[in-house]
Amino acid sequence: MIELVNITKTYRMGSMDITVLTDIVLNVQRGEFIAVMGPSGSGKSTLMNLLGCLDRPTSGVYYFETREISTLTDDELASVRNAKIGFVFQTFNLLPRFSALKNVEVPLIYGGVPARQRRERAAPLLEKVGLGERMQHKPTELSGGQQQRVAIARALVNNPPLLLADEPTGNLDSRSGEEILKILTGLNGQGVTIIIVTHDQDVAAQCKRIINLKDGRILNDQVNA
Amino acid sequence: MNFLETFRVAFEAILSNKVRSGLTMLGVIIGVMAVILLVSIGEGARTYITKELTGLGTNLLIITPGKTSTSGGFHPPSAGTVRKLSYDDSLALRRRAWLLTDAVPIVFGTGKIKYENRGRDTSIVGTTNEFERVRNLFVDTGSFVSQGDVDSKAKVVVLGRRVKDELFGEESPLGKIVRLADARYRVVGVMRKKGTSLGWDIDDVVFIPVTSGQELFDTDGLFEILASTPRAEDVERSIVQIKNILIRRHAHKEDFTIQTQGAILETMTTILGVLTAVLGGIAGISLLVGGIGIMNIMLVSVRERTREIGIRKALGARNRDIMAQFIVEAITLSGAGGVVGIFIGVGLALAIPVFVTVLPTSISAWSIIMAFSFSVAVGVFFGVYPARKAALQDPIQALRYE
Repeated sequence: MIELVNITKTYRMGSMDITVLTDIVLNVQRGEFIAVMGPSGSGKSTLMNLLGCLDRPTSGVYYFETREISTLTDDELASVRNAKIGFVFQTFNLLPRFSALKNVEVPLIYGGVPARQRRERAAPLLEKVGLGERMQHKPTELSGGQQQRVAIARALVNNPPLLLADEPTGNLDSRSGEEILKILTGLNGQGVTIIIVTHDQDVAAQCKRIINLKDGRILNDQVNA
Repeated sequence: MNFLETFRVAFEAILSNKVRSGLTMLGVIIGVMAVILLVSIGEGARTYITKELTGLGTNLLIITPGKTSTSGGFHPPSAGTVRKLSYDDSLALRRRAWLLTDAVPIVFGTGKIKYENRGRDTSIVGTTNEFERVRNLFVDTGSFVSQGDVDSKAKVVVLGRRVKDELFGEESPLGKIVRLADARYRVVGVMRKKGTSLGWDIDDVVFIPVTSGQELFDTDGLFEILASTPRAEDVERSIVQIKNILIRRHAHKEDFTIQTQGAILETMTTILGVLTAVLGGIAGISLLVGGIGIMNIMLVSVRERTREIGIRKALGARNRDIMAQFIVEAITLSGAGGVVGIFIGVGLALAIPVFVTVLPTSISAWSIIMAFSFSVAVGVFFGVYPARKAALQDPIQALRYE
């Protein structure tokens, strides 16, 4: 589903070029459950941004399904993100003024789905993550675990084939974190491809494949026994 | 993202910070209010002048002695070298200018009118019976100056309402003898109440036969001749006719000026139109300042919502979706300010004539439409820069923004 060929990412900082990713080669098949690990500054987040079509590589080729991502315009990238990728962030990133239900509807708004269908699709997802009773609550009225579950519902609402999670349990207590991981594992069981960026060995232990990054290179890439 | 959704998002954003939104709108509210108010005052003056001038009688031609090049405005008193207009001139016009229904000779001056021990300084108009019709002024009781009075230089006087009230009170003045200068005049009529027109109290005036007036003021000339023609299309031709007749009588010199009511009206309305535009323009500047306020607040808003922009972009918002969101927000602010401003402006424009009676106002649809579209345009214009700034945010940077 995903193929990265010799991906390099360089940022310009003042007069210096900083290479964050070097010669990344990576293949992801449909249905995989991958943990990306590595120390701070190893390039995990940058890799995530590239995979999530939030950024373009400096050089190299990125195939998502059959499309070559690095040549797309901003708007084309936006529609790929909208239809093909669900994001789960460490800090949840819900829109604070909107209810849980409305937050889940946002990707559908940009997908051009009419209002009534949006509701019909968003509500069952919130029920599925156990928030059927709290659809009208604002994010500030929800616990961290609940907020992250709203974020997962939001990430799934367009039925994307790929779900990217950046430290999804990083801001949660261990029990909420386990619940979130359970939900993610369950989704993977239903065929959703999931890539998680994490520091946490316990989180990585539940994934089927672990990729270790160091200094912008893939240190190792192994199947989790 | 469809329009309705964009509008709802904008509305929620505005409502989430009511005080700030209100203050931002205040700039536009005051601007729109000022435009509508000042334009309505200017328009009010114009409508008032037009009504007053039309009230003097339509298709009126005013012939004054002396030649000036301008076609409108007021004329200096005639210089000594020019030939005066005479009563015979007016008779000649009446006889030979067939396009005219009337050619009324006028002498004008001021003097003291006395009845018993009461006196009053007033305007004295010497004229003929046609005056009533030409100027739309009519007697209430008794009769106006007649042709016979003019022919016989009769010492008769018709009193304006105010003069009658001052000298006679409730008493009937008909048949009474009053003194004008040192001559004795018999009162034959009282005019209908008319009020003030263009600063001249029409009720504070007395009318006498033009011939008697010439004797009173010791002149053989006329102040002016008022002529009228029944149809507006005939005004130009009437001017030619009057010129032909008078030039021949004045030793082939055009030593008189013909003004038309239309020309005077046009000059006045042009002046007032410019005045209105200037007032509206000044008010427009305050609207512009209001627009800058909107831009300022929108820039703050974009910065505050950087993270929201990042989230929306990650979830699939295209640059134009973000742009639309912020522009619509700016337009909603300015448009709502515009609507409130219209209500306040119209309210004040309606209230002003009630409290300040000398200041007529006229609310014109075009000033409302213009002020509103201008306020919306201000929203678009000052919204574009912040909205562009929002739309071009890098999603990664925006997501990291704290």
